[in-house]
Parts: sequence; structure tokens; C-alpha cells
Amino acid sequence: MATAAAQHTARGQADGDHTADGTAQDTAAYERAFDAAVAADERVEPRDWMPDAYRATLVRQIAQHAHSEIIGMQPEANWITRAPSLRRKAILMAKVQDEAGHGLYLYSAAETLGTSRDELLDKLHSGRQKYSSIFNYPTLTWADVGAIGWLVDGAAITNQVPLCRCSYGPYARAMVRICKEESFHQRQGYELLLALSRGTPEQHAMAQDAVDRWWWPSLMMFGPPDDESQHSAQSMAWKIKRHSNDELRQRFVDICVPQAESLGLTLPDPDLRWNEERGHYDFGAIDWTEFWDVLKGNGPCNEQRLTQRRRAHDEGAWVREAAAAYAAKHSETGATHA
Amino acid sequence: MTTTVPTTAALALGDDALVLSHRLGEWAGHAPVLEEEVALANIALDLLGQARVLLSTAGDEDELAYLREERAFRNLQLVEQPNGDFAHTIARQLYFSTYQHLLYDRLATGDGPFADLAAKAVKEVAYHRDHAEQWTLRLGDGTDVSHERMRHACTALWRFTGEMFQPVEGLDIDWAGMETAWLEQVGNVLRRATLTVPEGSRTGAWAAGAGRQGLHTESFGRMLAEMQHLHRSHPGASW
Repeated sequence: MATAAAQHTARGQADGDHTADGTAQDTAAYERAFDAAVAADERVEPRDWMPDAYRATLVRQIAQHAHSEIIGMQPEANWITRAPSLRRKAILMAKVQDEAGHGLYLYSAAETLGTSRDELLDKLHSGRQKYSSIFNYPTLTWADVGAIGWLVDGAAITNQVPLCRCSYGPYARAMVRICKEESFHQRQGYELLLALSRGTPEQHAMAQDAVDRWWWPSLMMFGPPDDESQHSAQSMAWKIKRHSNDELRQRFVDICVPQAESLGLTLPDPDLRWNEERGHYDFGAIDWTEFWDVLKGNGPCNEQRLTQRRRAHDEGAWVREAAAAYAAKHSETGATHA
Repeated sequence: MTTTVPTTAALALGDDALVLSHRLGEWAGHAPVLEEEVALANIALDLLGQARVLLSTAGDEDELAYLREERAFRNLQLVEQPNGDFAHTIARQLYFSTYQHLLYDRLATGDGPFADLAAKAVKEVAYHRDHAEQWTLRLGDGTDVSHERMRHACTALWRFTGEMFQPVEGLDIDWAGMETAWLEQVGNVLRRATLTVPEGSRTGAWAAGAGRQGLHTESFGRMLAEMQHLHRSHPGASW
């Protein structure tokens, strides 16, 4: 404790002059203090000194996460106008609204690192920053809304719950709020699929088809295998990440198999079976060619998703300009009165 | 299959909320700024909540929403108008939320069958009206472009505003007094937004009151086709 407190002071001192030309010795001292704080599970806060690469990694990861929330609205919003009951329509609208809210939290968290929402959106629109590859798959039936809730949100939660303990404070705190809402969405998705699975034969078939199409893309959400994941080792050392991609993927499979059984649906993997020795489910090989292809922009909806996002932004420009012009006029008025 | 539904007040108010909620739901993923994704969805959800309560008092909410054809819908023509650009959506919101606020405010203070519902909904609608007013000011008194778009939208939708004050059977309201109050409130907002109150007929696409009689505009049928398609494809299924 005493050590951690001393290091906290060191970080606080570092904070005061991190814009000045630090000597190599200073930098080394800051780095030691930063490493010690991370090792002691202390939270790094916006005004603390942090390595440039740590800052850059966090901006990249949080921005990608925010972009995923925003792009992720599209496949689900695709069904808002066709939802088959008013109750389901209300649930879906609330969910898509939550996603916009999550995007807002996450852009705010990213902004504490010295970037801006505008800058990040610009990078999304120009393809310089990515979003989760899962949202490049189309929602072809109503059951896809359930499969996204159960599998895609389920995978997201498995990934994100450990982020509630991430070393960067603003990100960790945003994740606490987001995970609560996500787990609610996940249960709603499961319940939607359950209603279909127990419904008419046509509804059951619709649910099974959706699970068949979303299962493998959901497993890809955990990222490339550990030996091909370029950011993993450093992120784990910095305690941004707490578990490896393959570890989380295994955890997700272990959770999903019994859930699929109680849903009365099957998972599209002939190699899926319980391994007594490992205490885990073994599962088949992921098609990594497809994964890299989608990531490179060649998935079924990459073009469509970005085009819609850019169009909404471009067509909204006059609205944002109007709001800015109005604010400028009326702040001048305020100044005259003062 | 057409269900015969009496033109009751619950259907009129419920259909208004249902149809406008649907139109606002079309904005999801298309709004000009993230905060508006949240705001428009929020308003849509409030309206859908109101619609569900109102339609449930008239029958089964899903049967009423999904199995009636357009001639049996009792909503105002105003709320079925396509979203258009953001200015159109805001003008529609300004006209309707000002009306709905005046109406629910009156219903909430009475002791009629809608008093409880109106007392709850009037708080939501006050927020909707504020949102529409704030955007009317920003667009009207923003840039030249936004001023022109807002002016155009207010003018284009003006003809649908008379219908709101045609008496609805079962609602004991001073409709003429409400129309006066509406003209005054909307007029004030438009003037503050440097816009002028549009001129011209306010009788709608048909004689005023047409939507309430199931006489709608052409885009409405297409909206219903999309809204009802899945439900109608699986007769008797539950979701």
C-alpha cells in the first residue's frame, strides 16, 4: 500500500509538467511509477502520465468499441419497422437507443485521452479505424434480432466484463454501465429465440437458421487465435486486457452449449463435444480466411454499413451547422447582456 | 381480413401515437447526430407506450396494430406523413406535440376515462414539445440553409393541421378553444425562430377530419405494408 501511494504521488508530480521537455531520466521515472501503479491494480486516470503507446492502444480500442456500437445499430434497426408485435418493437427500439447511448459513453471515454468525437468519426468514415466485423453480416429474418441478442451480445459481454477491471479508469467505468445494459439485451435476445423455438414449425426453423448463420461469426468476435493476435501480449501486460482471445472464446462456447440445449436449438458444429479431460467443450476449426476477408472490407455488408453511416453524417451536416450557428448567435447575445 | 372497429377516442389517440412512433423509428441509424439517435428513439418509445395502453383499452393491441387495413386506421394524416428531411420531422413534431400536449393537459384535469393515462403521458409530451421547439429555434434561426428548409417544412405540413381540431367522438373537449391555444403557441415558436406562420388551407389532403374517418394519404398504405408484413405472414403465431 505504502509503495503504491508513493508511486501515486510520483504520478501526480509527473502530471504537472508532462508537457515540458522531460529528460530521459524523468521519463524513466514516470515509466517506473506507471508500471508499478498498473502492477498494484491502481486505475490510470486522464491526468496521469502514461506511455504514448498505452494512450494510442486505448484510443484505438475504445474508438473501435464506440464505432461498433454505432454501426451495430444498423443490423438491428433494420427490423424496427417490421417487428412482429408492439412489445417486441418497444424492446428493439429501446435496445437500439441504448447502443447510441453506449457509443456516447465510449466517445467520451476516448476523449479523455486527448482525441475528439469528430476526429474519431472522421477516422471511421474514412476507413482508418475499424468496427467489429460481426456487424458486416446481414439481418435476414426477425430471428436474427434474437440471435444477435443471444450470441453477439453474449460474446460482447464475455469480452467486456473483464474490461470493467481495465487499468484505464474512464474506460472501466463506462464498461460497468454498458455491461449491465448488455446483459439485459442478451436475456431479451435469448427470450425472443425461446419464443420462436417453442412457436410454430416455421418460427422454430427461422430461429434455427439464424443461429446457424450467427454462430461462427460470433466466435470470431473474440479476435484471431492467440498466436496471431498482434496487440494481445502488450495489452495484457498493461492490464487493458485480462484474458487471451482463445480463453474468452472457450469460456463463451462453454456457456452457450447448455443454453442452446435449453433453447431446443442446435449449434452448427459437428465437432462440438464435451471433453471430460479438459473440462471444456471442444469445437471445430474457425474459418479464419472468412474472418480476415470481412476485416479487410469484403464481408456481405461492409460497403453498405459505411455508406449508410457516411450518408447519415453528411446529410446531417446542415443540422449540426444550424445548431452551431444558433449557439454562436445566442452566446453573443448573452455576452452583450452581461 | 378487415376487422370492424368503431371510431372510438381510444383508437384515434392510439393510432396517432402508434403511427408517429413508427415514423420516428425509421430514423434509427440515420439521425444527424448521436444525441438525436437517442432523443428520437426516446420519443418514439414514449409514443409506442401510449399507443399500447390506448389500443389495449380498445381491444388486443397487436390485432389492432397489425390486422387492420388502412381504411380502418383513425390516425391524423399529419402523423403518417413521411419523415422527409430533419426539418420535416421537426415541423411534424412541433405541430403534433403542441396539439398532444394541449389535449392531454385538458384530459388529465378532467375526470373522463383518459384522465389517468393523460396525466402520465402529459409529462412525456411536455418533453417532446420542448425538443421540437428547441430544434425549431435552431433550424429557423440557424443558417440560411436551415432557415429555408424549416420554412419549407412548416409550410408543406401546414395543410394537415386543421384536422387535429375536428371533434373526436367520446372526448369532451373545447376543440375551438384548443385550436386557438395551438395557433398561439405554434405561432410564438415560429416567430421566435424567425419564421412566419404559414398561410393557406388547413383542411388536409381530403376534407378536414379525413384521417379520423380512415381516409389517408398514399404513403400510409406502404408504411402499413412494411409494419404488418411479418405479423400477417404467420397467422396466429405468438412472438
